[in-house]
Amino acid sequence: MRVKSLVPALYILFLMLPIYWLVAMSFKTTNEILAGFTLFPQTWTLANYIEIFTDPTWYWGYINSIFYVTLNTVISVLVALPAAYAFSRYSFIGDKHLFFWLLTNRMAPAAVFALPFFQLYSAVGLFDTHLAVALAHCLFNVPLAVWILEGFMSGVPKELDETAYVDGYSFPRFFTTIFLPAIKSGVGVAAFFCFMFSWVELLLAKTLTAVAAKPIAAVMTRTASSAGYELGLLAAAGTLTIIPGAIVIYFVRNYIAKGFALGRV
Amino acid sequence: MKKQNQRAWLFVLPVLLLVAFNALIPMMTVVNYSVQETFGDNLFFWEGLGWFEQILRSERFHAALGRQLFFTVMILIIEVPLGVAIALAMPRQGFWVPFCLITMALPMLIPWNVVGAMWNIFTLPDIGLLGYFMNHTLGISYDMTQDPVAAWVTIIVMDVWHWTSLVVLLAYAGLVSIPNAYYQAAEIDGASNWAVFRFIQLPKMKTVLTIAVLLRFMDSFNIYTEPFVLTGGGPGNSTTLLSIDLVKIALGQFDLGPAAAMSLIYFAITLLASWLFYTLMTMNDNKA
Amino acid sequence: MAQIKLSNLRHSYRPDPRGDDDYALKKIDLTWEDGGAYALLGPSGCGKSTLLNIISGLLVPSEGRILFDDQDVTALPPARRNIAQVFQFPVIYDTMTVYDNLAFPLRNRGRDEDIVRQRVMAIAEMLEVSDMLNTRAANLSPDNKQKISMGRGLVREDVNVVMFDEPLTVIDPHLKWKLRSKLKELHQRVKATMIYVTHDQTEALTFADQVVVMQDGEVVQIGTPVDLFERPAHTFVGHFIGSPGMNVLPCDVRGGVAFFGDKELDLEGPLAKAGEGRAEVGIRPEFVSISGNGPGVPATVRKVSDVGRHKVVEAIAFDQRVHAILEGEAPNAGDAVTLEFKRSQTRLYMDGWLASTPGGGA
Repeated sequence: MRVKSLVPALYILFLMLPIYWLVAMSFKTTNEILAGFTLFPQTWTLANYIEIFTDPTWYWGYINSIFYVTLNTVISVLVALPAAYAFSRYSFIGDKHLFFWLLTNRMAPAAVFALPFFQLYSAVGLFDTHLAVALAHCLFNVPLAVWILEGFMSGVPKELDETAYVDGYSFPRFFTTIFLPAIKSGVGVAAFFCFMFSWVELLLAKTLTAVAAKPIAAVMTRTASSAGYELGLLAAAGTLTIIPGAIVIYFVRNYIAKGFALGRV
Repeated sequence: MKKQNQRAWLFVLPVLLLVAFNALIPMMTVVNYSVQETFGDNLFFWEGLGWFEQILRSERFHAALGRQLFFTVMILIIEVPLGVAIALAMPRQGFWVPFCLITMALPMLIPWNVVGAMWNIFTLPDIGLLGYFMNHTLGISYDMTQDPVAAWVTIIVMDVWHWTSLVVLLAYAGLVSIPNAYYQAAEIDGASNWAVFRFIQLPKMKTVLTIAVLLRFMDSFNIYTEPFVLTGGGPGNSTTLLSIDLVKIALGQFDLGPAAAMSLIYFAITLLASWLFYTLMTMNDNKA
Repeated sequence: MAQIKLSNLRHSYRPDPRGDDDYALKKIDLTWEDGGAYALLGPSGCGKSTLLNIISGLLVPSEGRILFDDQDVTALPPARRNIAQVFQFPVIYDTMTVYDNLAFPLRNRGRDEDIVRQRVMAIAEMLEVSDMLNTRAANLSPDNKQKISMGRGLVREDVNVVMFDEPLTVIDPHLKWKLRSKLKELHQRVKATMIYVTHDQTEALTFADQVVVMQDGEVVQIGTPVDLFERPAHTFVGHFIGSPGMNVLPCDVRGGVAFFGDKELDLEGPLAKAGEGRAEVGIRPEFVSISGNGPGVPATVRKVSDVGRHKVVEAIAFDQRVHAILEGEAPNAGDAVTLEFKRSQTRLYMDGWLASTPGGGA
């Protein structure tokens, strides 16, 4: 019994090590970092964090990221809901092929779309906007949302729909007051995954932005290359990006195991 | 079972438009470029399958593809069994369960460039935690920027760190859905732990494991950000995986034709391999 | 085959129980004879599954002992007790063939393949699954899967007791009777002690020689199906068994005579002990007759249901619902009638427990 609980413990330790190092470094001065190796910050400093919170380039990076991620989550879930409903309840010409084609977009290497997206979004005048990144991320988030929601919706018996019609509900009213509450954990799971995949993605977010909508990821990579490695600052910026993720996980903690089964186990 | 209803297309329309905009139009562009040659000034000449032939024959492409395949195979071999083993060892109920799940999920919610940066800082030879430990405490020479082996080991360990939790969480979800009665029956039948794993747990985890393998295959095959931020594809081009090479050609060199052809070949390989994996893994279900 | 004795058994799922309410099983003292067919009958939550798991060893009781043939097995794990258990849903090893499924318990105990083959073929023949031995277990229908579950339990020669925990739950209704008869047949051939847990009275009464009725963690009555039907020891048993169940009517006892409303009722016989407490009269609908106007209890007919073989009349007398089963003519809803209770079947219950004894009279 004891040996068995060692395994997850060791694994979690392994996971926490690099994170600890990142956080520790964010509280060190650049001098201390470059001078040699210290396990624990010898001179605590908040200078790195202060710089991030006071420099617009930095904090706008966070705001931009959160903005387009939220935008993407809302759009993805909103368009996925009716589509998932259709896949779950109806059969129509080409439905299986459409579903499969949607899933293939999740499989696409982002690298393939980097240049075409750059050209496409420039052509429609959306370059360097939050909307561009939000829409671009729909490429793989919408199929995922449809897949997850369809799984949860199929778990709701069709009798529920039929009873509502017999009771005189109009479709919009049925959908919002009866159906949505029935699949609310599915909506939560879908929103979680959309948030996750949009928040972590770098390539497309960087390619489609320049200044106005520059995400934090791009700000960080620019700092890494140009300013010649201000490690403490980089570490602080990185640490701050972990926080939204941690908050979101905490809120969905009860659904995590269930959600990862995508409602289909 | 399902009602026939062609008006369902209206429901699907928003999704269709959105994804078509993001997928079809760019793909058309890519296909366009892949069969044409340009010398700038928007002048295009028909090139036929020339770019495809060039890519498929190029040493550079073979090398990148080889590295990518090696990477993906290593990832699957390590992450899937490891994930399952951890899931088996996790508590099924009690206080520690949410704690484990939350801490294990954390690496997956870190922006990919931060993952790369984090491991960069972690493995710096003299001032990083791992780097210092390897070089000074263990006396093993370890420098990612000089030694291709060190670079390879690092990107693999980084991915294991980053994504094994996905396998763990999926496998765990499958495990907790097994009703207790199965374990009770096995106890009554006198089955060994290995028999319980082989005949009860593994079969019941089949669906989730298929999802896990598919996802890990796809995502590791398409990976870009983390290794790029960590090694930049180096030292030299020893860790230049397929996506990294493609982006170099497309956005770095703006070689539209070759980049487009390579994109199509790349996408095709991913699709084909995913389909193969999927068919192989669900093949047994159809054997009556 | 073994005799099973439960001695002073109590069980609580809580680490430190205080009152009676904290106990899932309150106090069980019971002996099951070797080779008998028993049913454990009771509503959901009455503790029957707890009791079953204690017998099989999947649960260790907080207090008390279990003995198999006078040997204390309370601390013994399931694999060492030689028991077999069939669960509510088929528990089979999907990836194995039917043959391998049946062979599994024997192979785990290191039996020779010849013996394995012999036993598997014998059980397969008994269960009528010989033609599916090479099919993958996953591809069978639920009722066949459940048969395989049962088979795995019976395949070992040294099984002490076979326990069934509501095994027909997932079976289609039209196949239930088939499996029920198969179970009865199995019992006659194998002659193992069998305990069948259910909340369905039909299953219990058709399978068992002796039925143990439980409620709220206590054994309320043990008896043959006939005993349970004719002389329920507790109003719960009377109400639970029969369709519709026994009529339980509050009454007053004055000077040894029972009054329902203001009507004096003739009981089957004298009271076992002087009564203090809540008094009720129990009479089965089968023994209530209805006439237009007679000396009986006045009532108004509320509803008449035709269930095919007979009619069920629901009437209201002194604000109490009374059911009667009639064969022929039935009154209409709204009619004023009088009810007569067959004396020899009219029983008195005090605080729920049977208090009258059979005496003279018709």
